[in-house]
Amino acid sequence: MSLQVDNLSVYYRTLRGEVKAVDGVTFSIGDGEIMGLAGESGCGKSTLGKSLIRLTGRMRHVDGKVALDDETLPLDDNRAMDKYRFKRISIVPQYAMSALTPTRKVGKIIEELLESRGVPYESVRAELERRLSLVGLSQDVLGMYPIELSGGMKQRTVMVLSTLLNPALLIADEITSALDVSTQKAVAETLVEFRDRGYVKSTIVITHDLAILYQVADSILVMYAGRLAEKAPADVIIESPRHPYTQLLISSLPEVGVTYAENRLTGIPGRPPPLLDPPKGCRFRHRCPLAFDKCVEQPPFVEVEPNHRVACWATAPPS
Amino acid sequence: MKWYLARKLLLYLLTFVVAVTIDWAIPRLMPGDPVSGLIARLQADPTAAQEMHGYYTESFGLDEPLWRQYLNFWLGLFHGDLGPSIAYVGSRVTDLIKTAIPYTLALLVPAIVLSYIAGNRVGAMAARRKVLDNTALPVSYVLTATPYMWLALVLAYIFAFRWQVFPVSGAYDFALQPEWSWEFAKSFLYHWTLPFLTLFLVSFGGWAIGMRNLIIYELEADYANYLQDLGAPNRLVRRYAYRNAVLPQMSGLALALGAVVGGALVTEIVFGYPGVGSLIITAIQNRDYFLLQGIFLFIILGVLIANFIVDIAYVIVDPRTRTGLQGS
Amino acid sequence: METTESTETVVAGTVVAKTASAEPQRKRSETLYFALRNKKLVIGLSLVLFLLLFAIFGPMFTDKDPFEFYEAYGEPPSKEHWFGTTSPGQDVYAQFVYGLRSSFIVGAVAGCVAAAIGMAVGFAAGYRGGVVDEILTMLTNVVLVIPTIAVLIIVSAYLTVGSLLWEAVLIGVTSWPWAARAIRAQTFSLVSRDFVSLARLSGQSGWKIIVKEIAPNMSSYLFLTFILLFGGSILIAATLDFLGLGPVEVMSLGLMLNVSVSNSALQLGMWWWFVAPGVGITAIVAGLYVMNVGLDEVFNPRLRRT
Repeated sequence: MSLQVDNLSVYYRTLRGEVKAVDGVTFSIGDGEIMGLAGESGCGKSTLGKSLIRLTGRMRHVDGKVALDDETLPLDDNRAMDKYRFKRISIVPQYAMSALTPTRKVGKIIEELLESRGVPYESVRAELERRLSLVGLSQDVLGMYPIELSGGMKQRTVMVLSTLLNPALLIADEITSALDVSTQKAVAETLVEFRDRGYVKSTIVITHDLAILYQVADSILVMYAGRLAEKAPADVIIESPRHPYTQLLISSLPEVGVTYAENRLTGIPGRPPPLLDPPKGCRFRHRCPLAFDKCVEQPPFVEVEPNHRVACWATAPPS
Repeated sequence: MKWYLARKLLLYLLTFVVAVTIDWAIPRLMPGDPVSGLIARLQADPTAAQEMHGYYTESFGLDEPLWRQYLNFWLGLFHGDLGPSIAYVGSRVTDLIKTAIPYTLALLVPAIVLSYIAGNRVGAMAARRKVLDNTALPVSYVLTATPYMWLALVLAYIFAFRWQVFPVSGAYDFALQPEWSWEFAKSFLYHWTLPFLTLFLVSFGGWAIGMRNLIIYELEADYANYLQDLGAPNRLVRRYAYRNAVLPQMSGLALALGAVVGGALVTEIVFGYPGVGSLIITAIQNRDYFLLQGIFLFIILGVLIANFIVDIAYVIVDPRTRTGLQGS
Repeated sequence: METTESTETVVAGTVVAKTASAEPQRKRSETLYFALRNKKLVIGLSLVLFLLLFAIFGPMFTDKDPFEFYEAYGEPPSKEHWFGTTSPGQDVYAQFVYGLRSSFIVGAVAGCVAAAIGMAVGFAAGYRGGVVDEILTMLTNVVLVIPTIAVLIIVSAYLTVGSLLWEAVLIGVTSWPWAARAIRAQTFSLVSRDFVSLARLSGQSGWKIIVKEIAPNMSSYLFLTFILLFGGSILIAATLDFLGLGPVEVMSLGLMLNVSVSNSALQLGMWWWFVAPGVGITAIVAGLYVMNVGLDEVFNPRLRRT
């Protein structure tokens, strides 16, 4: 097991109280696995991704633990986490377009970052150039300022930089949402290629776009309102989902040729519960066509088949 | 890059033309006959008034058509002739300004450069650091809100009147003549300290506040978050933040120049420092309009040149202006 | 971030409409909550209010006139003359409270004038764009580079500024450029938003859109700009008065400093003559600046430190 997450809860501190963005989440990712993390915006998937690498000012680790290759991560200790960042856990952020400081040359940024982490630039320089050419960039980009690169070039540069030290876990946070369809495909393929070449061991791909996940992911984890709804191999999630929420999510997927905007209109009626004070029991029950009285209790995340877990009283009652 | 600087240069040229035009037009836009107005305020006796009327009319060239007057004004300017001084009888305005300017520059240039550097450093250090922020920030706010002449008065009162560690006024000892000697340099520095400190402190406050706020914004920027996600030490993140925050601070420098120049003028007056400020107060008190007009042009010219220097520095720091891409 | 997203997610028009009406109210109470909790705002505002009250009611506590001469020449503060007297025998307290009044009046009027011009130019440039923008930006830049104080010196030397109002208008007319530039940038970012395009499509006139759609959406920003103009104008007025270019029939803090310097208060060690006016100016302006930062933090959640 590459990554093991146990009962992880991460809350956001706000004025009106704590927002339970990630609430008691348990799952694991195997070596070489690319796991998609899907759900509506605001379901906590981004918070989950971020909390694995760095808790920002308002995020609070409430409960649970995370182990990477059997080593427990010191999530609460920002200093101690530094040791793992970049080298063992890395991230390709949502904002790849602005991830590089505008007043430094790309090569200089990479050099200074590496040196600050105790990695001599010269020792990885050759590998860096090889990987850049792998994603179709000449080594000239190292001598350019970020503003001289196109959006796609920046995205690829950031992907190469983030994975340069062969991390065990890569978090790709909504990296395709700002791109056009053909670029999306290229980026998705790069993720797979990086895994195949062993640049990264396991990957979490966070997105609200299931179509992308179908292309790249081995497994898909669906979140709803801070909790896990379902996790299964990608084709199982797409073809025979068990959780009513997953089913609705899949059925709302566009047919080929139908645009994303139209898809939105036929989305799932209702909206997720407020995470400030979420209702007890299954959090989907107010929108769920199958809800019944049992649903006022929190359903367990049970394994219905090997590698297929679902949290639903109606479709996956625990035996 | 060339285009960027050329555009700026064009702007400054235009500004200079506008300034010269204002300078030329103001006496002529006055309600009624400007010369009579001037003389009435001088309260001279009738015969003298008669004489002065002729003198002024000729000096202004008021008997010629307007376009001719305007042209003459420019011609005079190119010959370095800004007319005669009234307060300092027998002196040319240009010569008076030439003598005063080194003193003003000696105060201004070090004060601007050093306060900019120190303010930026302290502001950057204070950002997101509780103890320093809670001390440096309030002090900076008070400093930047202080009128220059008042800080000058307070410093003079404490250090010159009470403790007598620095002289109250002048730029050098009365017994000395300006020359290149050790003795003069020592005396000069001794007299220079308090007025310099006044300018330095007030400007320092502004830079420190500006930098602190900019750094706070920069530390929230995407690149800062990405670097922290990759475990970069704070040192590196702050260095990048500083590099980016310096750019708006430099644009701010150009804007602040006018205020610092104003500060230098009033500071000189408090300390009786023989720069342009003292010249201005004499000119105002004696209604020496030629001198005022001349000083106005020199101040504008100085600020424009300083602006251009800042622009060149900006190009060196900001790659966006250098790579031919649009800089802000 | 996630929290705001979750309240405005996807679909179902009815739900969205329902929350939309509840939103502003919650926002307002939240702003007030932050406002009261913000130390900078509370300190700055109290300071400014205290001085404002002092300027309004201060003169009522004294029967002395700022221009009257009393038979106490250059005396330090005493029971009879709370802030002491000047060397010709004027009462410093009376001068100070009336001077404080002048400062507030000049600051407010000049701030309004500058804000009005800055808004007119900034809105027009940002909304119209194109040639109008080019010309207005050029004009703004030209006025921006010319030092305000230099223009004011030359203008007021000729005009002999007789009244506070006149002085304030002159200051306002010369100190708007940075405000115009800032407002232009803000307007630019708003013009591309949906609600503006919608108003445009519905055929509303340009100024109506600016007044109804754009200005309200940057009202907090405009207010902050006004405060800075207010404080800046007070400092400029003090400088002009100090140079002897302000009105001489009206008492002002700058004029007090002018007279104290020309009467060698410093060399005579008469600190009470120049300390009060300087403290007054510094306190108002510092109060305004600190209040400005506090308000900025209240309006911009990004600056808040939790």
